[in-house]
Amino acid sequence: MTGKNVWVVSFAATVIIAIVLLLAGTPSITANDQSPAAKAEVKIDNFSFGPQTVTVSVGATVTWINRDDIPHTVVSTDGVFNSKVKDTDEKFSYTFAKAGTYLYYCSVHPKMTGKVVVQ
Amino acid sequence: MPDKKQDLIDQTLQDLNNDGVDRRGFLKCMAWAGTGLIWTLSGGIPVSRAFAKKYDKDGSKGGDFSFVQISDSHIGFNKPANPDVTATLQTAINKINGMPHKPDFIIHTGDLSQLSKPSEFDTLDQALKAASAKQIYFVPGEHDMLTDNGAQYLQRYGKGTKGTGWYSFDHKGVHFIGLVNVANLKAGGMGSLGHEQLEWLEGDLKGRSASTPIVLFAHIPLWTVYPDWGWGTDDSEQALSYVKGFGSVTVLNGHIHQIMQKIEGKVSFHTAMSTAFPQPAPGTAPSAGPMKVPADQLQKVLGITDVNYVVSGRSLAIVNSALGDGDSSK
Repeated sequence: MTGKNVWVVSFAATVIIAIVLLLAGTPSITANDQSPAAKAEVKIDNFSFGPQTVTVSVGATVTWINRDDIPHTVVSTDGVFNSKVKDTDEKFSYTFAKAGTYLYYCSVHPKMTGKVVVQ
Repeated sequence: MPDKKQDLIDQTLQDLNNDGVDRRGFLKCMAWAGTGLIWTLSGGIPVSRAFAKKYDKDGSKGGDFSFVQISDSHIGFNKPANPDVTATLQTAINKINGMPHKPDFIIHTGDLSQLSKPSEFDTLDQALKAASAKQIYFVPGEHDMLTDNGAQYLQRYGKGTKGTGWYSFDHKGVHFIGLVNVANLKAGGMGSLGHEQLEWLEGDLKGRSASTPIVLFAHIPLWTVYPDWGWGTDDSEQALSYVKGFGSVTVLNGHIHQIMQKIEGKVSFHTAMSTAFPQPAPGTAPSAGPMKVPADQLQKVLGITDVNYVVSGRSLAIVNSALGDGDSSK
């Protein structure tokens, strides 16, 4: 590839990115971008849930994975789900069949809290 | 008294009359050379010292007695911060057994295990069998109640206790109270004692002479060390209100894997080292997780402390010190 072609390609890419960015700013595209995910992953790291809030669609499965050297739990404050203890690198998944806001915490380290919004 | 106690007091609280605990003096005599902490009660005033420190033979006479606090053994933990926590617990027990001054008993302030597994409790029991002090008192840490709301813990270590494992006993005129602040924790909160236990505590202390020395022990600190990391107990103030009238109150905790001390009026608060792995000083790391140190440094940060403290109406003193600051030479 010649230097000129590279310039053309990168220029084209820039234009495409710019168009995408412009489109992203329009309401119709934004609505699509925010449509709830069909699945989500939450990392447990440094005694915190990340992201702290996830938004998913009804029927979506959320998977938590513990990346700490310390065991944690994922427990719904309303008793909807309870992961039991998860040691390092262990996972827990829950499928949300109903819309709503689900608050949860680590019952071992209750300062750790998170939220799942199901739409 | 030929004065082992005074010796330590001089070292650590030399500036007490002016502006509270002399920080430099205090740090200077903090030593991290083994695992555990020995307490001597002399006239109701608890004094702690390093295992490594030689006992003055004369000092062990009289009605004084001592006991050892160990904490946070985390048997089953095998991550880089300490791949062999059983070995370091054994080191702690060897140190206890090697003391010329035999402790009357041992208090373990919780997190015996990492994952509440029967095999972990078995390993702990096996290791503790080697201790010369046969009487061992326990309170659970959150790691001991992970799987079954503490049923197994209660069966093994909490026979005859109340509720989730709280109890009291008397020893040579001192009243000891073991509290549980790791059960039924609420989202967003810290440690919790709960209404039922607080009620029991009030009743347990009622009618006791104000001159009875009181020792309270529990896993999570009964004072707010660092709320961001949950290092405190939401309803500890209520508990402490019941000991207000007593002349000497000592509070012993674990959980934070490092020494911290506070003296507030007649109440002395103290947290112990872990026998397993160190944790960072509050706010010095992204989280309270196990702190990795070079292998040759591990013994130092699991090390014992040469803290001593005296219950008296002194100004409030909190010592935050990175474990590596300790003078490891004795």
